[in-house]
Amino acid sequence: MFKLERRPTPSKAMVVLTPVLAVVLTMIAGGILFAILGKNPFEAIRIIFWDPLFNEVVASYTRPQLLVKAAPLITIALGLSFGYRANIWNIGAEGQFIMGAIAGGAVGLAFYPTESVLIFPLMVLAGAIGGFLWAMIPAFLKIKFNANEILVSLMLVYVAINFLGAMVTGPLRSPVGMNFPVSRNFNEYPSAYNGELIANTGLHMGIFVTLAAVIVSYILLKHHIFGFQVRTAGQSPRAAKFSGVNPNITIAICLGISGGLAGMAGLFEVTGPAGKLSTNFPLGYGFTAIIVAFLGRLNPIGITFAGLLMALTYIGGELAQFQLSVPAASIQVFQGMLLFFMLAVDILVTFRIRLASREVA
Amino acid sequence: MDFSALSPVALIVSLMVAATPILLAAIGELVVEKSGVLNLGVEGMMIIGAICGFIVAVETGSPWLGFLAAMAGGAAISFIFAILTQYMLTNQVATGLALTLFGLGFAALLGHSYAGIKPPKFGKLDIPFISDIPVIGELVFSHDYMIYISLAIIAGVWYFLTRTRGGLVLRAAGENHDAAHALGYKVIRIRIMAILFGGAMAGLGGAYLSLVRVPQWTEGMTAGAGWIALALVVFASWKPWRIILGAYLFGGITVLQLNLQAAGANIPVAYLSMTPYLVTIIVLVIMSADKKRASLNAPACLGRIFHASN
Repeated sequence: MFKLERRPTPSKAMVVLTPVLAVVLTMIAGGILFAILGKNPFEAIRIIFWDPLFNEVVASYTRPQLLVKAAPLITIALGLSFGYRANIWNIGAEGQFIMGAIAGGAVGLAFYPTESVLIFPLMVLAGAIGGFLWAMIPAFLKIKFNANEILVSLMLVYVAINFLGAMVTGPLRSPVGMNFPVSRNFNEYPSAYNGELIANTGLHMGIFVTLAAVIVSYILLKHHIFGFQVRTAGQSPRAAKFSGVNPNITIAICLGISGGLAGMAGLFEVTGPAGKLSTNFPLGYGFTAIIVAFLGRLNPIGITFAGLLMALTYIGGELAQFQLSVPAASIQVFQGMLLFFMLAVDILVTFRIRLASREVA
Repeated sequence: MDFSALSPVALIVSLMVAATPILLAAIGELVVEKSGVLNLGVEGMMIIGAICGFIVAVETGSPWLGFLAAMAGGAAISFIFAILTQYMLTNQVATGLALTLFGLGFAALLGHSYAGIKPPKFGKLDIPFISDIPVIGELVFSHDYMIYISLAIIAGVWYFLTRTRGGLVLRAAGENHDAAHALGYKVIRIRIMAILFGGAMAGLGGAYLSLVRVPQWTEGMTAGAGWIALALVVFASWKPWRIILGAYLFGGITVLQLNLQAAGANIPVAYLSMTPYLVTIIVLVIMSADKKRASLNAPACLGRIFHASN
């Protein structure tokens, strides 16, 4: 039998190696899954991880998609990572993403058809505020009434989905949409449209915000007192209290940051890649971002890589769906497995695995 | 608006049907939490149960076999959670989330060729004459069998937790795992068994959704029921009997808003569909507000990792 032995200090090498190990294990388990589905596992893995980047036929279309898909995942995951470090579990980013899109989108549509360069920044601000306020609900209920933020934030996702339904069949329904439950198309309204900045790169304005968020998060976490407070609040709440960290303020800030970032991501998504508000708008980015946050070890640089990797599995998954006709859900399974393996191999950072028999001798 | 179609008896019967999935999932999670483990994967285990039960019931033609398969499926997927949290010492919150994400995907994968099929019909209690008594016969003696079973499970769990030695040991593991370990109880083994029971119950609840309540398979059909079950455990202050009260309350709200939708109430459907989730939040707030009482009932070691140093 194996025995776990605590390392004197967490292994630095393992911190970097374990995510790679988790990806490799997921590829193996995923290969087995595809084999069971009756597909060639090597071909499936190649289509998911290689073709979107390097296949001559499809890569020119899929490569730009990488940034488009990764940007919201990274932005949301960065916000979540602060809370997760402090043991504050916002799992309702999907709802904050939707509310940001509704709030920002509504502000833009209110100005239609006025053209002005001020409109888009105003929409971004409204998106951030929408997500922020939606995240303040669980924060307030946690601080004031001790209500579990996991359950409250998650319940609010369903409320947000229904609210979106009410908006696109009511006040925000497009007057030219033939009564379909969709809003006006943002690409027909230049002042509110978040288009590609350079053709065929996938680069849109949201990506600059993502980049800024990565840099700011890195500085906050490594060189600012807030990063220290968040880390101590998570590792030892009592010690944090003694060092003067107000737990209520930490809760409010952590949920506020994640809500604001998720809201902004929602706004950039709805005005660009999605193009309009509709009941099909939520794609589950808010949930996938949870996987991204963990895969990236709650570290801004790690999250950037994890977000790109997860975007790759989305795009590769779509390719596999077309070329191998695997069900769309298999990629969701793939992402779930990745999180399982990531959590499992995490033990190698703080523990060493030893054969128990050696212990006896 | 037309309320004449709403008969109180029919309302109560349908609220019991609406409540049973979350009632089953919640009683399972209650046992898990009593052993000191927080499994947030209820939603994932429920949907796995829903599809496993559905597939087996459709293929064999027997809903009973379907329910058994659902329990096996729910327990099997909860075993992943058990191994990860008990042996690999992973964070329970993150692992539970992973279980939900994985379960939703895996169920969709299993069920992609089963959409739009009708499952075999599940039987109802039908005692000659007695089931035909007006009102009482309808209210007490003519439900489907699973409703009686679910109530029996609640009674069984109550008896086990409060009246047996096994229940005492399980609660000891949840209140103070180090003390339980020092007394020679196998904390890890107790917790794994509790997690498997929780998985089986969530699976059963999921199958009730796909075989009786809806009855059909659609992707993501649990729609947050697993999370409502988690809130229900808090609402019940970890007491089995109160799960019934809570589940029937939620069932009542769900049925009422569905009936209002059908009656053509002057409120957009989307706002009515929000109500079960909003009520869950309100109930959580009320139950958690009194910090002293909340912490008195919650198992002291809930969510804490146990690793015996020797």
